Amino acid sequence: MTTSIVVDNVSKTFRYQSHPTLKKVLQNRLHGSRSNETFKALDGVSFEVRQGESIGLMGLNGSGKSTLLKLVSGVMVPDDGKVLTRGRISGLIATGAGFHNELTGRENIYMNAAMLGMTKDETDSKFDDIAGFADVGRFMDTPVGNYSSGMFARLGFSVAVHVDCDIFIADEVLAVGDRPFKRKCLKRMKEIRESGITMFYVSHSAGSVKKMCDRAIVLDKGRVGFDGNVDDAIKYLHYDGDDEEPDGEEGSEDERDDALASDI
Amino acid sequence: MSQSRPASMTAPDPDRRPVEVRHDLAHVPLAAPSRTSGVLEVFRRRYLLRLMVRREIKARYAGTAFGLAWSYINPFTRFLTFYFVFGLLLSRGSGMQNFAIHLFAGMVLVNYFTESVTAGTRSLLSNKGVIAKMALPREMFPVASMLVSLWHAIPQVIILTIACVISGWVGDGPLWVPDAVGMAAALLGFILIMVYGTACGLMFSCINVIFRDFQRIVQTFMNIVPFTVPMMYPYYLIADGERIPLKFHDLYVANPVAEAVMLIQRGFWYPTCDGPCVVDPATGAALPDFVNDLYSRGFIMLGIGLVLLAVAQFVFSRLEKTVPERL
Repeated sequence: MTTSIVVDNVSKTFRYQSHPTLKKVLQNRLHGSRSNETFKALDGVSFEVRQGESIGLMGLNGSGKSTLLKLVSGVMVPDDGKVLTRGRISGLIATGAGFHNELTGRENIYMNAAMLGMTKDETDSKFDDIAGFADVGRFMDTPVGNYSSGMFARLGFSVAVHVDCDIFIADEVLAVGDRPFKRKCLKRMKEIRESGITMFYVSHSAGSVKKMCDRAIVLDKGRVGFDGNVDDAIKYLHYDGDDEEPDGEEGSEDERDDALASDI
Repeated sequence: MSQSRPASMTAPDPDRRPVEVRHDLAHVPLAAPSRTSGVLEVFRRRYLLRLMVRREIKARYAGTAFGLAWSYINPFTRFLTFYFVFGLLLSRGSGMQNFAIHLFAGMVLVNYFTESVTAGTRSLLSNKGVIAKMALPREMFPVASMLVSLWHAIPQVIILTIACVISGWVGDGPLWVPDAVGMAAALLGFILIMVYGTACGLMFSCINVIFRDFQRIVQTFMNIVPFTVPMMYPYYLIADGERIPLKFHDLYVANPVAEAVMLIQRGFWYPTCDGPCVVDPATGAALPDFVNDLYSRGFIMLGIGLVLLAVAQFVFSRLEKTVPERL
């Protein structure tokens, strides 16, 4: 088994306010306070992932999940420590990020695929699959600015899941799309996982992490709070619902995801 | 990071072997996911660059009825305005032939330069949606805006060529026959602007993310540029030392845009002249059209420009690390 991702003692610091006006800076100087206070989004995070593993990344809001994903996908560079990956990365952090509203669905597919590192021939050969999966029908030659938000998300998703990648990063996938599409997504993600692609899956839904992943990492205020078995991670996070009263909305969302996951 | 893949896997996936075996991952090195090789990376991913340039060109006039015609209408009307004000109202009796062509040849390069730099400076901020979410070589954006500006210079070159031909045909001058030296000079002018435009775009784009007032400062300077080159007035006004002390002349001709403008005028305007292009209106004596050593200066400036480009790349790779979190 080859290593797929190495995260070694990684820290990332952000500033609270990145663009103070000159007036603010002078005011702060006068009052003797410093405006550029910082906080650590990630603090000494280390772990290794083997090729083909499927990792659930969990944690409360603001625990550093998105920052970690951006470091692994190469959007950001760590301040300390190092992140190393092997092979091509695709993912769902950025579904539709490169889309241009004035261009048609077809043009945007080629554009987005190229951004994810696909060549023209590769995109040509996969175009029918991508178009079929997105299922936007005659809208393929309409500017994506006119798409419904569901269609827009489907198109972005469809490109990302068809990249022939080695590492797949999925951030809150189930937040978009209707039920049939969610089912299709989960099915596709399962295929991706079974083809031996390393999967990095972020979700708040304990059920879908349990179904999709064989290892979980829980971030807690920028540090690795737990790394190991999924069930234990859920216990660690108290997501198993023992100590909270059943919250209607969240509970049903969870159940539906559970139901979806067991459907496939 | 995936250029050298075996051909088998670009096929539509009949292969059911696990990815690890299929991509032969044991022999792919572990690497930082954000590693790039700077501007060279942009040319390694030419396909993406081409798509991005095409996207910008398409998106600019998307939904308009005239479409690409706007690329001709805008420079043409600007040319007419300048021609009437400076050519007919102010410049009667300046002793110059074909002033309109002199002016427009300069405008082609000045527009190209100001557009590259202004668009380049904004390029990272205006693409922040992509930059904050996808790992791309970020040099791509300023380089793409430089190429989009180059694309918009093409219609202007066409208008310029037509104007040259018409002036020889209808006007009283000789037929316009471009000479090899002149065309090479014009090409060198274009290359100069390309190099300096890219260098400025690279450097300014990431400064602009950190210090957002920068694009306004750049805009202010770009408004000055058209007046710092010999296109609305002949070169001799600067060179004869009567209006401006001669020591400033050296500074004036050290401006790469001024040099490039004279190079393109050498290519297009100079061959349209009958006899000396510029004469003293009082005495009728021939005056210098361009700076001495026009060509050697051009090549030296190209060298300096390439050094500046390397410096710009260095600055960019230093600053770009913090770009995604500052957007």
